Amino acid sequence: MGPHAKYKTMTATPSVTRRDPDARGYFGEFGGRYVPETLVEPVEALERAYLEVRDDPAFAAELNRLFKHYVGRPTPVYETSRLAEAAGGARIFLKREDLTHTGAHKINNALGQALLASRMGKRRIVAETGAGQHGVASATACALLGLECHVYMGAEDMDRQALNVFRMRLLGADVCRVDAGSRTLKDAINEAMRDWVTNVSDTYYLLGSVLGPHPYPLMVREFQSVIGREARAQILELAGRLPDAIVACVGGGSNAIGMFDAFIDDKAVRLIGVEAGGDRIIRGRHAARFAGGSAGVLQGTRTFVLQDEDGNIELTHSISAGLDYAAVGPEHAWLRAIGRAEYAHVTDAGALDAFQTLARLEGILPALESAHAVAYAQRVAKELGPSGIVLVNLSGRGDKDVNTVEKALDARQAAESL
Amino acid sequence: MRIADTFARLRTEGRPGLVTYTTAGDPDLPRSAEILKALDRAGADVLEVGVPFSDPLADGPVIQRATERALAAGGSLRASLSLVEQVRPHVAAPIVVFSYANPILRMGVDAFAARAAAAGVDGVLALDLPIEEAGDFRATLKAAGLDTIFLLSPTTTDARIRKASELGSGFLYGISRLGVTGARDSVASGAEALVRRIRAHTSMPIALGFGISRPEHVAEVGAYADAAVVGSALVSKIAESSVSSDLIDRVVEYVRWLKGAGRPEGRPLHV
Repeated sequence: MGPHAKYKTMTATPSVTRRDPDARGYFGEFGGRYVPETLVEPVEALERAYLEVRDDPAFAAELNRLFKHYVGRPTPVYETSRLAEAAGGARIFLKREDLTHTGAHKINNALGQALLASRMGKRRIVAETGAGQHGVASATACALLGLECHVYMGAEDMDRQALNVFRMRLLGADVCRVDAGSRTLKDAINEAMRDWVTNVSDTYYLLGSVLGPHPYPLMVREFQSVIGREARAQILELAGRLPDAIVACVGGGSNAIGMFDAFIDDKAVRLIGVEAGGDRIIRGRHAARFAGGSAGVLQGTRTFVLQDEDGNIELTHSISAGLDYAAVGPEHAWLRAIGRAEYAHVTDAGALDAFQTLARLEGILPALESAHAVAYAQRVAKELGPSGIVLVNLSGRGDKDVNTVEKALDARQAAESL
Repeated sequence: MRIADTFARLRTEGRPGLVTYTTAGDPDLPRSAEILKALDRAGADVLEVGVPFSDPLADGPVIQRATERALAAGGSLRASLSLVEQVRPHVAAPIVVFSYANPILRMGVDAFAARAAAAGVDGVLALDLPIEEAGDFRATLKAAGLDTIFLLSPTTTDARIRKASELGSGFLYGISRLGVTGARDSVASGAEALVRRIRAHTSMPIALGFGISRPEHVAEVGAYADAAVVGSALVSKIAESSVSSDLIDRVVEYVRWLKGAGRPEGRPLHV
């Protein structure tokens, strides 16, 4: 790919010229650095180290070499035929992040941060994981670079993503079961942060999404922005113009930000994030932060959070472990506040339908996370009509989800036969 | 200015203070009130009242469990402030509210400051609101007559120690070791060095916490800090005594033991 696209500066800070958060890590009123005192200096050191490698051509060359020869980048953009036909409207293109090594976009960030950790001389890596994709990506990057890897994972997620647990162990990672709280991603992050604060002198926290204290939301976006840079060039070549809409699922929101980033200045392109609607939008049964949440602070950042009137974080639910989280990346909250991106949600049932549709019509098993984006893209395609173009970020592949899907389909069949 | 007065008195008397941490609503709100009164009676010099929060990422298992018990028993920031209001007339010691940021931000900093001041709170420590994020928060608390207490850790740079001592009031809370809250067998080896490093920049009183569980620890810390903070070990004591009818007596006995007067019954605490 060509050199970094240069964006207009949002806030003038001395070290950066791109569309960055301000010096305190804020995108508008979202972001910041809400960490316990012990982590303040380590997070500042991380920021310094990241800003150094960000402008280092040797670092970029090493990462690009791995992207090309190890990850298999650039990933293709594929135009669906039968899916688009079934949706009855616009042309639908898929950015195939599911074809990356390890099967999801998570590897882009995991490799970037693992290289940074090596540069910083940190040999012990801790990471959290929800669906297991970031855990697998971290374990993979650590195996590749010879780093020690500990992955925290909620007990409920370990049960529903058993295949990924085994993959991580095969890759040499230590998978630590988290039984606290809701036993999902949020609790895994708490536990990873507890490990980091205890072992901070030799440990690097490899956070998997555009969450947490500054500089994580910026750094993870930058490592994922390769998705949008590639996709923008590819769609121009394939379709001869920019898409009318881009659709991506949003848990923390790293695949969405990675895709959106290259299109931010293309004001005519609608950017649509799709959250997990779970059963439906009632307290505790979904993970649509923009549908049921409000501004709050969770795990180091100020953003939209599902919380009760006392400021306690609410339980969430989604059929997809990777979207089952109570907060959203702060840059998403900002993009929504300034009206640059819009956010919708799709229920478990909608995602399940899209999973089957994509499998049968295109021969692609999407991750349940990505199936949320596919479901919403079908709707957008219909609205746009035949002259429209929709680009979907197919963030991961669905092999990990076949057991979950089987159970859900059995349950549905049982319910229907009553 | 109960906090400043208390530390001034401790210095005059030439003895180190004891700061206790308990979670508001653990094991339930009525007994939590009795515990605070008992801690004061037994000679605790400052009472930290922990606000239960769903995601206590800086706490170890003991306080995580206490938080879960307190939330199940109806604990919250509002309930914590009501608890303080209720015990304030019966308690001489200053009361510090110890909270994660989100419950306070959810209530709104202005509303929180007004309600805390009205309830008789003396100081506030917000665990994940470091100096850089605490500007408005501190100004609002100050206007309401409340002290803002900052934490300082072995990783805190000298420049930030200076900033914390300029912006904070009441006392500074030194974290003796890296990691989460939890009782340990010994005081961290770097604790004294941290206190000396802080002293070089400020005359503000320093309380040292994280890992302190025994009278020898309190005495050791008292040799260089103004006070020792005991949290997880006390919370464990409450947890193991909560089914017993003499919970309050055991808490009193435990605090007196920490202060070097007499032995608690039963097995020594290991957490």
